[in-house]
Amino acid sequence: MYSIGQAFKNICKNIRLSLASVATISACIFLFCLFFSVIVNLRNIVTNIETKVGITVFFDEDLSDSEVKTIGEEIKSRPEVKDIEFTSADDAWESFKKDYFEGREELAEGFAQDNPLKGSSSYSIWLNDVTKQDEFVQWLQGLNGVRQVNYSNQAGSMLTGLNNALLIVSLVLIGVLLAVAIFLIRNTVVISAEFRKSETAIMKLVGATNSMIRAPFIIEGVVLGFVGAAIPLAAIYFLYNYAVTYMQKNFTMLSDIFSFLPISEIFPVMAVTALLLGVGIGFFTSLFALNKHLRV
Amino acid sequence: MIEINDVSKTYENGTRALQHVDLVIDDGEFVFFMGKSGSGKSTLLRLLLKEIDASDGDIVVNDYTLSDMPRSYVPKYRRRLGVVFQDFRLLPDRTVYENVAFAQRVIGKSTREIKESVPEVLRRVGLSSKYKSFPNQLSGGEKQRVAIARAIINKPDILLCDEPTGNLDETTAKEIMKLLDEINSQGTTVIVITHSREIVNSMDKRVITLEKGVVRSDVQHRTGI
Ligand SMILES: Nc1ncnc2c1ncn2[C@@H]1O[C@H](COP(=O)(O)OP(=O)(O)OP(=O)(O)O)[C@@H](O)[C@H]1O
Ligand SMILES: [Mg+2]
Repeated sequence: MYSIGQAFKNICKNIRLSLASVATISACIFLFCLFFSVIVNLRNIVTNIETKVGITVFFDEDLSDSEVKTIGEEIKSRPEVKDIEFTSADDAWESFKKDYFEGREELAEGFAQDNPLKGSSSYSIWLNDVTKQDEFVQWLQGLNGVRQVNYSNQAGSMLTGLNNALLIVSLVLIGVLLAVAIFLIRNTVVISAEFRKSETAIMKLVGATNSMIRAPFIIEGVVLGFVGAAIPLAAIYFLYNYAVTYMQKNFTMLSDIFSFLPISEIFPVMAVTALLLGVGIGFFTSLFALNKHLRV
Repeated sequence: MIEINDVSKTYENGTRALQHVDLVIDDGEFVFFMGKSGSGKSTLLRLLLKEIDASDGDIVVNDYTLSDMPRSYVPKYRRRLGVVFQDFRLLPDRTVYENVAFAQRVIGKSTREIKESVPEVLRRVGLSSKYKSFPNQLSGGEKQRVAIARAIINKPDILLCDEPTGNLDETTAKEIMKLLDEINSQGTTVIVITHSREIVNSMDKRVITLEKGVVRSDVQHRTGI
């Protein structure tokens, strides 16, 4: 209890440097949270694209319906397949007609007897784990009678590339800020310790233990780290919710794929990580700073 | 009991502060240390506090050999000692009460215990009425009484005083010495470093004189002899 009171006294006496420490650690953790949100959401979008678009398999023209059916069964039996849907050549033609001859159906009449899309029967396949997509596509292509496999790895891989670039940039930025934050917390704690040198000297003389002498300064560091994490977390919480509502209002048509994850899904992990980060930095920085400065 | 067996102390810079000191101080004794500036008196005190370690020989306090004492035990050992300095070493931003209570807070005593023992010890040093004052509102003698109160509140076995009256006028110095004598009469071993012949001559105590790090004399002073 005594140590906690002393820690707060330290912070108040040293208010400018304390604020500077809190500000840098806040900036650091704010960036962490920001990148964390963006990266997690991008990854979610990649998953959405891959799962929603799915894989389409076309067959050799001379394949009989029953052979196509057998391949369908085979595909369905694979564990990574979540869903599979058959589109017959006639279905394909119907939907093509609807798209291209809308309102002028008579133009398509000429093809009535002979489906021009013969052989374009296909399966649409959705996987339950998109990371297995490449492997699965390879397997499909190796099947007898499979003519073509369409799948969208482009959007996915582009976003994944973006994601990785972002990850690197964020790690570098966070690393730099982290170094500054550690430096400032260290200084704050060391100055507090210097400031109270005579007091610590008396503490030693009356038989205070090392941990007793250090506790106020360590608590000081931890409090700085904690506050430095709590502020950006609150900010991110509000900003994120604001962004989500804004997106929902203004970009409804994209919401299927480019939807934000709800805050409740990412916040717990983010908050725990950020707080651990802040408190950990505060604790270890002051601990190591004091190892040099306060010895019984 | 304090046994100092053939102790020498050479500082890192080569200064030989103490050389082959042999002394025994019994429980409940009152001992003066005298000697010119630089003769090694404070060095001896710092050795007893285990602020520094002897270069040679060993010191045994209450059956603990200081050179063998693990670092982690030092705080506990120091709780058995009280220390008073010439410059008082009070915390300027705290009241008399808080300065004395400090010695108990830092060793984890409960507020209830502190509330009982601080007024009692302030009464003992004659400062009951000043408990709310800050150090800069006190006279030198009063400041030293606060420092003594802080030194004895944890009921130490040994009270170490490094020139406790060095900053005080003669009358005040005599009062402080009287207080130390009272504390000694209640069983605490008291060791006082002083430059004042006057004070030493006014009391019938053992007087050890150091000279250039060596014990020059060790006598029992008798007034009027
Ligand atoms: N930390 C130190 N490093 C090096 N030399 C020191 C140190 N402390 C004291 N000395 C030297 O050791 C010798 C004894 O010093 P000490 O402080 O014990 O003397 P003293 O008897 O207390 O003197 P005074 O009466 O002036 O207080 C002196 O020569 C001093 O300069
Ligand atoms: Mg001295």
